[in-house]
Amino acid sequence: MAAAIILVLVVVGSVAFHVLSPWWWTELASNWSYIDDTLIVTFWITGVVFVAVILFMAWCVFRFRHKEGRQALYEPENKKLEWWLTGLTALGVAAMLAPGLVVWHQFVTVPEDATEVEIVGQQWQWSYRLPGADGKLGTSDTRKVSYDNPLGLEPGDEAGRDDVVIEGGELHLPIGKPVKVLLRSVDVLHDFYVPEFRAKMDMVPGMVTYFWITPTRTGTFDVLCAELCGVGHAYMRGTVVVEEEVAYQAWLEQQQTFEQMTASAD
Amino acid sequence: MVERSLGPADIVPPFEVEDVELYHPKSWLTKYVFSQDAKIIAIQYSLTALAIGLVALVLSWLVRLQLGFPDYFTFIDATLYYQFITMHGMIMVIYLLTALFLGGFGNYLIPLMIGARDMVFPYVNMLSYWIYLLAVLVLAASFFTPGGPTGAGWTLYPPQAILAGTPGQESGIVLMLVSLILFIIGFTMGGLNYVVTVLQARARGMTLMRMPLTIWGIFTATVMALLAFPALFVGAVMMLFDKTLGTSFFMPAIVQGGEVMAYGGGSPILFQHLFWFFGHPEVYIVALPAFGIVSDLISTHARRNIFGYRMMVWAIVFIGALSFVVWAHHMYVSGMNPSFGFFFAVTTLIIAVPTAIKVYNWVLTLWRGDIHLTTPMLFALGFIVTFVSGGLTGLFLGNAVVDVPLSDTMFVVAHFHMVMGVAPILVIFGAIYHWYPKMTGRMLGETMGKVHFWTTFLGTYAIFFPMHYLGLLGVPRRYHELGVTSFIPDSAHTLNAFISIAAFIVGAAQILFLFNLVWSWFRGRPAGGNPWRATTLEWQTPETPPAHGNWGKELPVVYRWAYDYSVPGAKLDFVPQNQPTLSGG
Ligand code: HEM
Ligand SMILES: [Cu+2]
Ligand SMILES: [Cu+2]
Repeated sequence: MAAAIILVLVVVGSVAFHVLSPWWWTELASNWSYIDDTLIVTFWITGVVFVAVILFMAWCVFRFRHKEGRQALYEPENKKLEWWLTGLTALGVAAMLAPGLVVWHQFVTVPEDATEVEIVGQQWQWSYRLPGADGKLGTSDTRKVSYDNPLGLEPGDEAGRDDVVIEGGELHLPIGKPVKVLLRSVDVLHDFYVPEFRAKMDMVPGMVTYFWITPTRTGTFDVLCAELCGVGHAYMRGTVVVEEEVAYQAWLEQQQTFEQMTASAD
Repeated sequence: MVERSLGPADIVPPFEVEDVELYHPKSWLTKYVFSQDAKIIAIQYSLTALAIGLVALVLSWLVRLQLGFPDYFTFIDATLYYQFITMHGMIMVIYLLTALFLGGFGNYLIPLMIGARDMVFPYVNMLSYWIYLLAVLVLAASFFTPGGPTGAGWTLYPPQAILAGTPGQESGIVLMLVSLILFIIGFTMGGLNYVVTVLQARARGMTLMRMPLTIWGIFTATVMALLAFPALFVGAVMMLFDKTLGTSFFMPAIVQGGEVMAYGGGSPILFQHLFWFFGHPEVYIVALPAFGIVSDLISTHARRNIFGYRMMVWAIVFIGALSFVVWAHHMYVSGMNPSFGFFFAVTTLIIAVPTAIKVYNWVLTLWRGDIHLTTPMLFALGFIVTFVSGGLTGLFLGNAVVDVPLSDTMFVVAHFHMVMGVAPILVIFGAIYHWYPKMTGRMLGETMGKVHFWTTFLGTYAIFFPMHYLGLLGVPRRYHELGVTSFIPDSAHTLNAFISIAAFIVGAAQILFLFNLVWSWFRGRPAGGNPWRATTLEWQTPETPPAHGNWGKELPVVYRWAYDYSVPGAKLDFVPQNQPTLSGG
């Protein structure tokens, strides 16, 4: 009896916690509302299953608890019931998987008109690179990293001369424009994580990874590192500022290009 | 056809292998220390696993101290914190759960439940334990080496794991890798043994489709472990070479502290593939024995046949096979080619179907049962709640795109603790309450058991259920302090403190359990041979605890499946597997 009541209370408590929880996702600041939607679909389906299964169990514990003279039913299997349950489960799973795959397709398909931004992780700070007037990022090589060339740009590559290099500063993004975020690391794994954007991806030394977003809300957002990268992991912070085009251009003007950087170092 | 009870006329097949003479110990040392008796080896495995598991439990308190009260325990700095979580995670998964389920329960239950005298290779079985012990000692030694144990996270991702900036890169990581290599060698010896024993040494009449689900779970998990551990083995060897010989299997060109290192050309992602090719099946290596055991607990204590036995067997086998093609769901945001996401999301969600069937069949076994709420039964019920909760959040993380915002947050920590931390641990407790009488001849204290159950079950639920919501909010995992972060409100810190307090209460309840284990050994109520009135063979031994060789002169003969509870027309509400007729005799 008591056991059945406690099981019911666990269900009621869980649902109440879910509904009343002040801890919920941050307000979205990118185009990935589809991710949030898929998450909500998943919450509903799994929530219903959770409540149904545990309540059924609680009811059995109450209804069929041992009493003098009770005899359990001997029924090794029930084909029909088993196939019904299998079918219904498959349906529920499909209802989550289908939107999931559609959105994943969007997630991995970068729009044609996205501008490229590069983010480079290193223990324990973020650096950024934006294409210059030519709209192209120059090539890079970790072995070329030096004090004057913190991101390891290929000095011989024309396309890289006008690239804007921001070492350890903040990143600004214009609102409403899709960006393809290219990710690189010069030492260990890191992960560029802004909860409000939803999207994230590891940065892996030796390769270039990516994700894409369209910022949809102006503001200043915390950047965290989401992949363990040593003792400074929790301190590897940064900020992203999403702003209107005009403000963005004004900010961009003030940044140094790779050419200016090397020139000032000479 | 389910081979339930073919009746007494059923012809008992002749021996395929003659009954063999076992090695008989000649001294105290060969009887209790260098023992070749699977039951003694099982107890050795279990005690060692519990001992090192206790270390992991204490480490989790230290972690929770820091997370709940970041301003008070200043001695826990980032270095110590990372060492604590790494050792906690690795010990719990490998040295506690894997060792306890396979080395502990596997050794104890396989020969007894299938009606064999012992494992088929008793000597190798003994070696398996001693190598496991060595692995545990090497691991424990890393607490005392210069630089301390590794703090690379239990996933040990390179390049970070072997580079400066990560705690324990001096020698802790080397000891960790060596210990894992030893563990795998020891396990392989034991594992081959379990598989061959199940396939070759079953009693006459014990067909595969009459085996208790416990044996199906342990058997399938062992086969999986034999296939999965080699991936970890090569990963560990390669990383050891990278660390000690300067090879570059996992090491691309790297710049650290302004210096270009000598490494180049390797792939960090390759390690992740190897790790998770082992790591995902590992989840089921822990889960399948738990599935099997819990099926038998529910059936016995609800006095009802397990519902849908054949489905249950096939679900176990199907889950085992499928879990080798889902590993990269741990790597959706690892930077691997994102197109893989489609494949792995599909395979992962397909596994949900056989898994759900198992859950339905457990609760349907309760339906129209005669439920005795004994301590083992309570733990089984607790397992279902926890496992359902953890299994359902797996559908979030398996669905590639939903995983993107949640990966590397506390949501993941909450999910895997529910599904592979707490759920299997509850089964382990239930199993100990269930089989302790067979191992010692005495019952475990029932009241203490119930207090232990309710505190552990409700306590762990209070720890891990709210934790999902911290993850949803965006709180990252593996952060020893959150500092000032704009999106994390003060209330999140309050919740963290609450979770920590729940963790300490749960921890304290385990002391009661340990006390119960020791107290009942001397003072427990005498159990008799079959206190739960169960059908399976281990309860039908001539002596309790069973003697060396298990069965006295005559090996048992099996006439029916393991689930003849409440059979209409039978005299008692259970018919042992070795009983030819319903009425006994
Ligand atoms: C009541 C008992 C337990 C408590 C309070 C607890 C608590 C914790 C905490 C706080 C973390 C660190 C999370 C982070 O910041 O990343 C952690 C990590 C972990 N725990 Fe537990 N845990 C418990 C039992 C278990 C069990 C039984 C397992 C077995 C599967 C387990 C496996 C792990 C693993 C694999 C990690 C990840 C370590 C890493 O990030 O490298 N824990 N645990
Ligand atoms: Cu990091
Ligand atoms: Cu997995």
